[in-house]
Amino acid sequence: MTEHNGSDDRTGHEHDSHDPDERGYFGEFGGRFIPEALIPALEELSAEYDKARLDPDFVNELLRLLSDYAGRPSLLTEAPRFARHAGGAQIWLKREDLNHTGSHKINNVLGQALLTKRMGKKRVIAETGAGQHGVATATACALLDLDCVIYMGEVDTERQALNVARMRLLGAEVVPVKTGSRTLKDAINEALRDWVTNVETTHYLLGTAAASHPFPLMVRNFHRIIGIEARRQMLAKAGRLPDAVAACVGGGSNAIGIFHGFIDDKDVRLVGYEPAGHGIESGEHGATLSEGSPGLLHGSRSYLLQDEDGQITEAYSISAGLDYPGVGPEHSYLKDSGRAEYYSVTDDEAMEAFQLLSRTEGIIPAIESSHALAGAIRLGKELGPDGVILVSLSGRGDKDMDTAAKFFGLVGEDA
Amino acid sequence: MSRLATVFEATRAENRAALVGYLPAGYPTVDGSAEVLTAMVESGCDIVEVGLPFSDPVMDGPTIQLAAEQALRGGFRVKDVFRVVERVASTGGHAVVMTYWNPVYRYGVDAFARDLAAAGGLGIITPDLIVDEADEWVAASETHGLDRIFLVAPASTEERIVTTVARSSGFLYAASVMGVTGARDAISNAAPDLVRRVRAHTDMPIGVGLGVRSGAQAAEIAAYADAVIVGSAFVSQAGEGIDGVRTLAGELAEGVRSRVAAGQAS
Repeated sequence: MTEHNGSDDRTGHEHDSHDPDERGYFGEFGGRFIPEALIPALEELSAEYDKARLDPDFVNELLRLLSDYAGRPSLLTEAPRFARHAGGAQIWLKREDLNHTGSHKINNVLGQALLTKRMGKKRVIAETGAGQHGVATATACALLDLDCVIYMGEVDTERQALNVARMRLLGAEVVPVKTGSRTLKDAINEALRDWVTNVETTHYLLGTAAASHPFPLMVRNFHRIIGIEARRQMLAKAGRLPDAVAACVGGGSNAIGIFHGFIDDKDVRLVGYEPAGHGIESGEHGATLSEGSPGLLHGSRSYLLQDEDGQITEAYSISAGLDYPGVGPEHSYLKDSGRAEYYSVTDDEAMEAFQLLSRTEGIIPAIESSHALAGAIRLGKELGPDGVILVSLSGRGDKDMDTAAKFFGLVGEDA
Repeated sequence: MSRLATVFEATRAENRAALVGYLPAGYPTVDGSAEVLTAMVESGCDIVEVGLPFSDPVMDGPTIQLAAEQALRGGFRVKDVFRVVERVASTGGHAVVMTYWNPVYRYGVDAFARDLAAAGGLGIITPDLIVDEADEWVAASETHGLDRIFLVAPASTEERIVTTVARSSGFLYAASVMGVTGARDAISNAAPDLVRRVRAHTDMPIGVGLGVRSGAQAAEIAAYADAVIVGSAFVSQAGEGIDGVRTLAGELAEGVRSRVAAGQAS
């Protein structure tokens, strides 16, 4: 097994052979399929990020916030009791759930909020599904004194009411989106409408590694710290690299962040798990890479869920954070190039893994991350006792207790 | 040769601006949209934009979003747009399609261009396709003789304007404000400035749209642009019935013939 060059001190912002081309393409995926009115803002953002990623002041300020404010590096925890249910393979959890605000989202949010200040903009808008990205954005805006407006589908404001309260407590304005399917994709549509109207004063702090260039590159680089730390920790604690890295994929930001730590380690399998919802055959799922086809949505060419007319179809998952009919373009590229594999996990399998990790390790995972845990169980059975698996535990499950209580019947006299 | 060029030769000869009206195909129904569009042509629209309803219209405000949603709920299919264009063209109207790009990409860019040309359509307005991503569309439009109407916006830099002009044909769509579609009380003063900046690079006709709803606004824009583009106001009227559509088209048609100096409209 070869060592990464300088794997111990990389920050994630280095230029390397995995950068997209100058038009923002990873192979045939990516680009800018977006109104001309937003092109100047995207060019400004690209130029600013290109400068910032090479600027030690910017990178060091970000690293300082990540350590002193967000709590990085996040832990690597072995999960031996959970692993017994996974063919006896070794299972290691990258604990993004322990970051401030409870998920990996803070990595990207702090980076983009600092960029917003660099660009001299005072107002931030963002979309959110489950509320993790919205809460993280509202947090960074409170910290850095930025005005904050969060767009959230009305369906999601209802199923994640506590996160709405959290964002408002942090000083953000939360706008329930009542158009279309009233979920994440419609929140993005509404945020884009705001952005095209207020682009001069406003930065769109996008929450996943998707949309138009430079977002897929920039968001990925803000999350590469996950994989850089995890690789170092695996070598130190397990004494070897994993056979496979498992992560959940909605838009795909935690997955791309952890995958990149191992992307040049050809023997390490990179495995993404999408939501199969009520089962692929039910038609109610969010398995974009497994079941979708290439198309254009929210500013880039990537796989998406669409009908034969190119109308975007509604995604479904028990997890609001995976309930999205698109996916970041680099995942489309990794799928077609064969470097990464993508499978899907149903609501029931994910909830079983959710309960299992809670009971065997005392860790309540986010339902999003539970899709990766369910995948790890399958991988463990496949690899057997010699297998070593790294799981991206992208978030904690506190926000999901209402859903879990209903699913398992945990509340009330008969519970 | 641009097939829209003849329209603008005529309006320029009459020393007036052209009136361009928009309605989504399938709103209120497929046949209903063909009737409304035909009425718009009869009542003074020199060009009509036949919208292709899309599930995720990020450049549209509430009026057009709701109309598109209704059309899709009513079972609108992409191929219906050709039927509507054919109906408009058969009565002598000049029709272009306005569409988000994914449905065209999915249909096949060349196949869409071929079927649109066969239906008598003259070109496509592409609100979320920038010239940098348009190689396939440029090739298909050349093959099938269609015009390429790209957008420029107040935020567009000189460099972007030059690049966009170079790949456009028929006319250029200048967005009057930074924002989405929807009727507004006043047209921003960004529009004349944008038209002046575009004019420095081309003689191609320039249409101004976003927010236009009255004859007075049309007259104001007609003073400095080659076409006045009206969308949401027609969509609102179409929801009320065809008489209101005719009245609005008549008022706007008068407006584009008045050419009030900017700032003098009440």
